[in-house]
Amino acid sequence: MQVRVQSEIFDMGAELNRFAERQVNAGAVVSFSGIVRDLATGGLKFMVIEHYPGMTEKALQAIAEDAVQRFQLYDAFILHRYGPLAPSDPIMMVATAARHRGDAFAGAEFLMDFLKSRAPFWKKEITSDDATWVEAREADEDALTRWKPDHSPD
Amino acid sequence: MIELRYFAWIRERVGTGHESYETQAATVADLIEELRGRDEGYAFAFSDPASVRVAVDQELVEPDAPLKGAREVAFFPPMTGG
Repeated sequence: MQVRVQSEIFDMGAELNRFAERQVNAGAVVSFSGIVRDLATGGLKFMVIEHYPGMTEKALQAIAEDAVQRFQLYDAFILHRYGPLAPSDPIMMVATAARHRGDAFAGAEFLMDFLKSRAPFWKKEITSDDATWVEAREADEDALTRWKPDHSPD
Repeated sequence: MIELRYFAWIRERVGTGHESYETQAATVADLIEELRGRDEGYAFAFSDPASVRVAVDQELVEPDAPLKGAREVAFFPPMTGG
């Protein structure tokens, strides 16, 4: 299990290869990467991500451990950037390894759902004449309820 | 003394990222109420308590969480990572 928080850009292909290469028993590796998208109206100059050093690493570690336990993952990886990011830059990635693909996919989705609403990161979008904090989406908070033990899928 | 930390637009409205603060507040909600009374910036930052998330010693807590023994209390808006 590995959790990394960094300002530097990363190579998602190289990171994924390294993750896959260190697996021994896994039959499935799933990854997800988030990238900086332009605004609906265009004109994004860059994005700034603020985080809470110390708590961020702890929160990500806890989320990764939870995922490994729930889905019997062999391994989990979370990498998240902070600081200024350019449009189309990679923001973050997660990867999971499991015996079969079902657990690997579910584990990756779980990591993403919790990372979005439970890890202390905040995004700000900068245009040439404005700077706006990205608002949390209610859908992101709702996404967490499906992982509650008493939630039965309909 | 507790170390207070502020992030994102709460930090901008308060005007600082961290400060040491002396308080007798028993709970997180009491502390927010106390901070709101300090000046306009704090009042603006905490004008809508529903949009404030709180961590005590780097663990997310609910507003009724006690402050006894807390070393660090952080205030921030709902998180937007990923």
